This record gives sequence, C-alpha cells and structure tokens, in this order.
Amino acid sequence: MASGGPLTAEGYIQHHLTNLVYGQFNEGHARAQASCQEHCVAVGDWGFAQTAEEASQMGFMAINVDTMGWSLVLGLIFLFIFGRAAKQATTGVPSGLLNFVETIVDFIDDLVRSTFQHSGNALVAPMALTIFVWVFFMNLMDLIPVDWIPFVAEHYLHIPFMKVVPSTDPNITLGMAFGVFMLIVYYSILKKGAWGFFSELAFHPFPKWMFPVNLILEGVNLIAKPVSLGLRLFGNLYAGEMIFILIALMYGGLVMSVAGGVLQIAWALFHVLVITLQAFIFMVLSVVYLNQAHDVMEEH
Amino acid sequence: MSITLTLIGQSIAFFVFVWICMKAIWPPITEAMAARQKQIADGLAAAERASLDLELAQKRATDELKDAKAEAAALVEEARQRAAQMVDEAKEDARAEGAKLLEAARADIEREVNRARETLRKDVAVLAVAGAEKVLGQAVDAGAHAALLDDLAKQL
Repeated sequence: MASGGPLTAEGYIQHHLTNLVYGQFNEGHARAQASCQEHCVAVGDWGFAQTAEEASQMGFMAINVDTMGWSLVLGLIFLFIFGRAAKQATTGVPSGLLNFVETIVDFIDDLVRSTFQHSGNALVAPMALTIFVWVFFMNLMDLIPVDWIPFVAEHYLHIPFMKVVPSTDPNITLGMAFGVFMLIVYYSILKKGAWGFFSELAFHPFPKWMFPVNLILEGVNLIAKPVSLGLRLFGNLYAGEMIFILIALMYGGLVMSVAGGVLQIAWALFHVLVITLQAFIFMVLSVVYLNQAHDVMEEH
Repeated sequence: MSITLTLIGQSIAFFVFVWICMKAIWPPITEAMAARQKQIADGLAAAERASLDLELAQKRATDELKDAKAEAAALVEEARQRAAQMVDEAKEDARAEGAKLLEAARADIEREVNRARETLRKDVAVLAVAGAEKVLGQAVDAGAHAALLDDLAKQL
C-alpha cells in the first residue's frame, strides 16, 4: 500500500480504485501549505498526487496518467496491428494477420452498411472500427488479474497507483463519448445547416410556440446520447472490475482460495462476453447516432 | 474519480486515432478486399465461360465426327454401288462384245458359205457347159447361153 498502513479490505479496494494522477497542486493541499513538513510543494506546482485525497483535491487540472497512458498504448497497439495488416494488404493470398484483420473489417463494414444509411461518409466505418477494437482492448485489460500490474508498478517501479483498465475511468469513456458527440454536432450542422439543426431541436415534437419545452426535451435527448454512451461502458466495466477486486479479497485460507479461484474463472469467462458486448454496443450506438445526425427531417 | 483533463486528452486521442485509421488503415484493407473479391468473381466467371466453351467444343467435335462417319458411310455406299454398276456395265459390254463377235463370225461364215456357193456355182456352170458340150458334141457358145447358165447357177 502506498499509504504504508495495514492491509485492510477497504484500503485494498481504495488502492485499486485510485488513479495515478499528475496534476496541479492548489491551496487545499496539505503539502502546499505552510505547515508542511516533508515533500513540500508550492501552490501551482505540477506533480504526482501521492494519495487519493490529494488526487481528488486537484480538481480538473489533472491527468490520470495510468488510464490515459494505457488507453494510448492500447490505441497504438490497435494502430500497429491494423497498420501492419494494411501494409500487407494484397489482392493475392492473404497472410494470417491480414486474414484476421479482414474478418474484423468485413464484420464492421457489413454492420455499418446495414446501420448507416447515408452514402458518401468515409469516416463512419473507420471510426466504428477504431471504437470497437480500441474499446475491446481497453476492456480486455480487465481480464488481467487485478494485482499483477499494480504490484509490479508499486514494488519494482515505485509507482503508487496503477489503474490498468482505461474503460473503468469515466474520463476515458466520457472522453470517447464526447468525441462521438462532437461528430454528431458537426455532421448535424453540416447536413442540416445551423438553423436546420436548431429547428430540429426547437420545433419538435410540440408545435412551434412551445419551443422552450421542445428545446429542453430535445436538448436533454441530445445530451443524453454521449452521457449514456460513456456511462454505460464505464458502469459495466467498473462493476466488473469491482467484482474482480472483491473476488481477489477472498484469497487466503485453502477453502476460500479455491472458491475464489473458481469464482474468478467463472466471472472472467462471463466477462469475456461482457467486454465484447460493451465494445460492440458503444460502436453500434455511435454509428446509429451519426446516422441520426445525417437524417434531414422534412419540414412540417 | 473526478472529471479531469483526461477527458479532453482522451477526446483528442480519439480523433487522432480515428483520423489515422481513416487515412492509413481502412482504405487499403477495404480496397484490397474489394479488388480480391472482384478478382475471384472474374476468375469464377472465366472458369464458367471456359467450361461452357469446352462443352460447345465437345458438342461440335461430336457433331463433326458424326458428319464424317455419315460421309464415310455414304462414300462407301457410293463406291459399292459404283462397283456393282461397273461390274454390270462390264458384263453388259462383254455380252454385247460377245454378241458382236458372234455376229461377225456368223457374217464371216455366211460370207464364206456364199463365196463357196459362188465358186460352186461357177464350177457347176463350167461343169454343166462341159457336160452339155460332151452331150451335144459341140461347143456351146457361152455368150449365147449365158442367160441359161446364170439361171442354172441360180438354182443351185
């Protein structure tokens, strides 16, 4: 434990749920105050938070280095694998890697073709591929036993916290959902014009004179898209990770260890389904939302 | 677990990755797949065409073979008929030739007979005259009795 305190269940869970945060210290931090004794910092300094409390005090001006880093690494792995396949792409006999990649690409292509009814958008299918594989990789980190990477990080690299599953961080899932949201707004305005987009929000479903009500209803509807997208993924993966942590707490004593092992395998097998499904849902909903953004409603 | 700059970082990463995927990954793979699909379709069509061609060629070959056989049969038949005809003609010719030879021989014989008869007649006339001379004791004037002698000779 980074705090050096006794190993309690609460502390263990808390430790697993804390990000490695690099951020700006402000007046609220104990280490930035005049009464500071050791490892003191100045207000406005940037540095790693040493405790969960410090991290939360940093507020917005902070980066979750662990989840962000893993997210980037996994994204780069995706680009690397698929980029190599793209370089090998041939009309001849495909290699094993190309075959595998083409299976996924074909699956995504079919899905986008059946879901996205507007032609001439070169972005949607690659976006769907990126989302699916990237989110899948991020979710896959959940299947790595919960203590492996944090243990190595803490004891050999002296990194106090290490959350390895990016999709259990709402910043990551909402960040992606926010990206999708920006695309929704961009294509809505591109296809319908700013006024068309506004009138779609303001003049439906009730008559025009009730436009404040319409605006609230449709506004909530619009905002709910990215929020639900991000929170669904986060919630599922966070809950899954939590269960893995709780199972990990069972170890100790023969009977409990065996029961824990069995439970962990069972939950991991079930989770294989969950992580694939969640990646798939995130992708499909993004495509559906972008399809809606392209729909130009007829005037009433 | 508060919302931090990470959210913006992830959004930027999202756009960058999607953009890279859109530019460098998606097009070559889908193009290669489409091209391969076309190649396979073309290959299959060509194979089908080839098998159709083969079938046609086989049919043509069978037809030609049948024609050739029929022609050969016709030729053989014609030759046979021709041979029979030739034999018939030859027989006919031979028969005609035989008849002609027979005729000629007959004519020859006739002529020989006539000639012999003529000679005989002359001999008879001479003998008759000689006999008559002997009987009458005087020369018979051949000129004066020519008509008589001829009449006699004709009766022989």
